[in-house]
Amino acid sequence: MKRAMTGAEMVVQALKDQGVDTVFGYPGGAVLPIYDVLFQQNDIRHILVRHEQAATHAAEGYARSTGKPGVCLVTSGPGATNAVTGLTDALMDSIPIIVLTGQVPTFLIGNDAFQEADTVGITRPCTKHNWLVKETDRLAETIHQAFHVAMTGRPGPVLVDIPKDVQFATADYTAPDEARVMHYQPQTRGDSGAILAAVEALEKAERPVIYSGGGVINSGPEASRLLRELAAETGFPVTSTLMGLGAYPASGEAWIGMLGMHGTYEANWTMHDCDVMLAIGARFDDRITGRTDAFSPGSLKIQIDIDPSSINKNIHVQIPIVGDVGTVLTEMLRIWRERGSKTRSEAVAKWWRQIELWRGRDCLAYRNSDKVIKPQYALERLEALTRDLDRYITTEVGQHQMWAAQYLKFEDPNRWMTSGGLGTMGYGHPASIGAQLAHPDALVINVAGEASWLMNMQELGTAVQYRLPVKQFILNNERLGMVRQWQELLHGERYSSSWSEALPDFVKLAEAFGAKGILVTDPAKLDDAIREMIEHPGPVVVDCLVEKHENCYPMIPSGKAHNEMILGEDATAGAIEAGGAVLV
Amino acid sequence: MNALAIQKGASRHSAYDLVNPFDEREETHTLAILVDNEAGVLARVIGLFSGRGYNIDSLTVAETDHEGHLSRITIVTTGTKAVIEQIKAQLGRLVPVHDVHDLTVEGPAVQRELALIKVAGTGERRLEAMRTAEIFRARAVDTTLESFVFEITGAPEKVDAFIALMRPLGLVDVARTGVAAIARGA
Repeated sequence: MKRAMTGAEMVVQALKDQGVDTVFGYPGGAVLPIYDVLFQQNDIRHILVRHEQAATHAAEGYARSTGKPGVCLVTSGPGATNAVTGLTDALMDSIPIIVLTGQVPTFLIGNDAFQEADTVGITRPCTKHNWLVKETDRLAETIHQAFHVAMTGRPGPVLVDIPKDVQFATADYTAPDEARVMHYQPQTRGDSGAILAAVEALEKAERPVIYSGGGVINSGPEASRLLRELAAETGFPVTSTLMGLGAYPASGEAWIGMLGMHGTYEANWTMHDCDVMLAIGARFDDRITGRTDAFSPGSLKIQIDIDPSSINKNIHVQIPIVGDVGTVLTEMLRIWRERGSKTRSEAVAKWWRQIELWRGRDCLAYRNSDKVIKPQYALERLEALTRDLDRYITTEVGQHQMWAAQYLKFEDPNRWMTSGGLGTMGYGHPASIGAQLAHPDALVINVAGEASWLMNMQELGTAVQYRLPVKQFILNNERLGMVRQWQELLHGERYSSSWSEALPDFVKLAEAFGAKGILVTDPAKLDDAIREMIEHPGPVVVDCLVEKHENCYPMIPSGKAHNEMILGEDATAGAIEAGGAVLV
Repeated sequence: MNALAIQKGASRHSAYDLVNPFDEREETHTLAILVDNEAGVLARVIGLFSGRGYNIDSLTVAETDHEGHLSRITIVTTGTKAVIEQIKAQLGRLVPVHDVHDLTVEGPAVQRELALIKVAGTGERRLEAMRTAEIFRARAVDTTLESFVFEITGAPEKVDAFIALMRPLGLVDVARTGVAAIARGA
């Protein structure tokens, strides 16, 4: 049955047919026909953000907290260019988002028309794929294909650029089941020979480690469940990247904490000294490996990844398995069990004793204070007071992000949203809005630094307009904390442009938007402030003034190996020299 | 990168550790990439090379299957083994890419390039250009009393050699197509 409709109607119909319930966007001249159709229906809710970048991050927050794709609608020219950061962020972190952009009419393309930009040209390197649709009868099919590409294989952002005349013209609608099947069908089943080789290596491992990443979460809840089964049955220690937190529970017996530049002492030493490493949905990013030629030098490496280009990019792996994490783990567990569920349990027990020694260094210890709130303390209290709630956490980027990763405990996947690959300051606030829209009754907290938060603070307007009770928990050190830390450690304490002399009054700022503001400066009053934040039914900004010169430890300085970690003062008591840190 | 103690060419455990891909020597590979003939596809491929810092020594592209809307891009590139493997993996994950063939490793392949070479001169130099062209089986496709345009087809090395010989004989201009390549046999 053919259904004739305008391009604008097609866009909305295609979104409905793809199961979309929420669109984040900002109108403008080149998308007005689509906004007109959105106005005349009730199935899709449009969330008016305050900046197109925020639309993309909100869509990421929505996508990561649900496992469904996030959708944005923005206008041509500046609307599209403002979306570039979010697209790049989603590409680096493998988040499926669909960005629909308006474009000047086809007959004006190339004419330097008002609000014209070469959107597909600009976004080609920061999307998984993009399309400029020049004919209305190709529009619906292209949108269906965009969803397919975003969600298939390694997920990622896609963009469909729709000229205004294409939105006005009429053609027959193509339903999802009528769209041509794309040849783009990445391999999801791993090579069985490789899986067998991996099982053989795991059976013989004496010092094994499971290194899990964001791919476990992207693969779906089943993959996290399988990871937990694997860890429980083998007794192997589990560490995770920043992106993978929650796939294995922080309360799990095998958990040794996050690894990498600000990972735990025990996780990094376990990686360095292991004899068999099983990397699952993790890509050996430079924040993970440190110096690559000294990265886990003695180990046999097995890597499961759906993206062949992630294999042997930074680190040579002996047993690569290209496939979906869930599918491969199912097969791996089946083969391992069939062969008798063998491990070298005595050797592994000895390995655990070594890991416990490393854990004994208590690398996350810090010197608390009763005068000033330590950021680590603020996060410990936040964890203690929210741990039993239905909680989603987003973060901005910097020291607070690393402390959140270290001190908050994640028990489930899809509960933790942070900009890992791109490191986008300004990500967390809009992401919290996206997560809250997807989970209206949950507690959604954005752990922020004041500098990052100011990059997208305008979204407080969005939170207030849609009555989204997001909590902005700002650890305010009046510094660009991570920049300041690097300047202290690497640039002779020359603090070039790493503080702001004109910070706003965050309480008044919150109130100006119609939200609640809470200022807390006294460690003794912190719990009350956090409780007040949780109990308030609307959006809250907590301005938590913290120690200004606290450094984030442990730290592997860039270009160093895992066993050259710097620990904080208290964790290395006695071993510290005047500089406040030593190489361990 | 020998912490892993992998011998070159070793297959110690299985087919999964053949050779150390982090060998630092550079190699030249000819890649044949079958892509959807759609707007922007060449920009995607070239953008991948420039964005990730890979080399393009030669590039040719044309539609080869009109019905199926498929084009074939032939790229000659240079890099270490690891980089070549990355290039192939990166190309393979582009949505419009159907197939990536590394003709250098997949067995013998025929490589051909066409060049048009303009040579100006009179007297002995003109005769010598003519004789050399004959040896290389280059054809004169345009002639004036003072110039020739030669058409030559062959492997890039042959074209290089011909151009080198033409230089002292009055070489004026060169147009080359870049390499087209195809695997030998069926």
